[in-house]
Amino acid sequence: MSEVIVVTSGKGGVGKTTTTANIGTGLAKLGKKVVMIDTDTGLRNLDVVLGLENRIVYNLVDVVEGNCRLKQAMITDKRCPELYLLPTAQTRDKSAITPEQMIKVIDEIKNDPDNFDYIILDCPAGIEQGFQNAIAGADRALVVTTPEVSAIRDADRIVGLLDAHGLKDHEDLIVNRIRMDMVNRGEMMSISDVNDILQLNVIGAVPDDENIVVATNKGQPLVGDDTMAGQAYMNICRRITGEEVEFLDLNGKGGFFKKLSSLFKSDKR
Amino acid sequence: MSLLDLFKKKGSSDVAKDRLKLLLVSDRANCSPEIMEMIKNDIINVISKYMEIDAEGLDIQITSTESENKNGSVPALFANIPIKDMRNSD
Repeated sequence: MSEVIVVTSGKGGVGKTTTTANIGTGLAKLGKKVVMIDTDTGLRNLDVVLGLENRIVYNLVDVVEGNCRLKQAMITDKRCPELYLLPTAQTRDKSAITPEQMIKVIDEIKNDPDNFDYIILDCPAGIEQGFQNAIAGADRALVVTTPEVSAIRDADRIVGLLDAHGLKDHEDLIVNRIRMDMVNRGEMMSISDVNDILQLNVIGAVPDDENIVVATNKGQPLVGDDTMAGQAYMNICRRITGEEVEFLDLNGKGGFFKKLSSLFKSDKR
Repeated sequence: MSLLDLFKKKGSSDVAKDRLKLLLVSDRANCSPEIMEMIKNDIINVISKYMEIDAEGLDIQITSTESENKNGSVPALFANIPIKDMRNSD
């Protein structure tokens, strides 16, 4: 049975789509069968981040409206044969799909004889219908935030809504765009600060890495390569599968796999 | 500037943390207006047993206050209940 994971944040621009692309690709690199669904109808971008924009024929709205079969709308990734993208429509809006229809599509993938391991949903920003559609069929949520006041406030709101939806204790936090130079200067909240405020399990922290921009330019997720962000994303994927993985030293000194003690050092006052 | 001043200086991350903690207290409380309405009605019922209060003017909100143990701020229920008449029931 596939596990359905929604990647959400509330606030826009914190890295939901980049996270979805890297986690989907990373899980596939670990040998899992993965379907990624873009639920951001009207503002789809997961296809571009994955470099699959030229291969779209049918989309999620076509599936829901019965214009094509589910498998016709699922695009195979260029690099991983066990990774699929189900894009959404660009010229429609969020009201084109209901939560019930979303659940139906997810159930069809869950019951597919191909036995997919993971279904990863890229959630739109906001808490309106698009969000409701994305969380409707989810078993688990990855809440993406950055160490900024606005993103953390929105993440807290999202956690409240996820709790009310029955996902309490099935939520994990990803702290994105950490800049260790600023954390060390006391000008950016650390992972333990964010954890302290949101009281949510941190499944991973991703540094603010310029390689992310390069990867998006090329349409090739960097998960698993030797960049800091690539390593951080791969560690998150391994933790999703249940593996215990030590935290990276985001300072980049003394080797990648050194324990991240300075980040978790809490300031006792 | 002495070395001690260097350690005393508060970085903007601490400011952010303090602001967020306060912000989330009120955000979380505002999440369920239904519950706040229920608390308000219950307070009116209880106090009305002993005195006549102005139910319209009653205002309750969740704020935060300094903890007595000096370990930061804690959430607090603030209620402003105008009394119309200190009625002596029996």
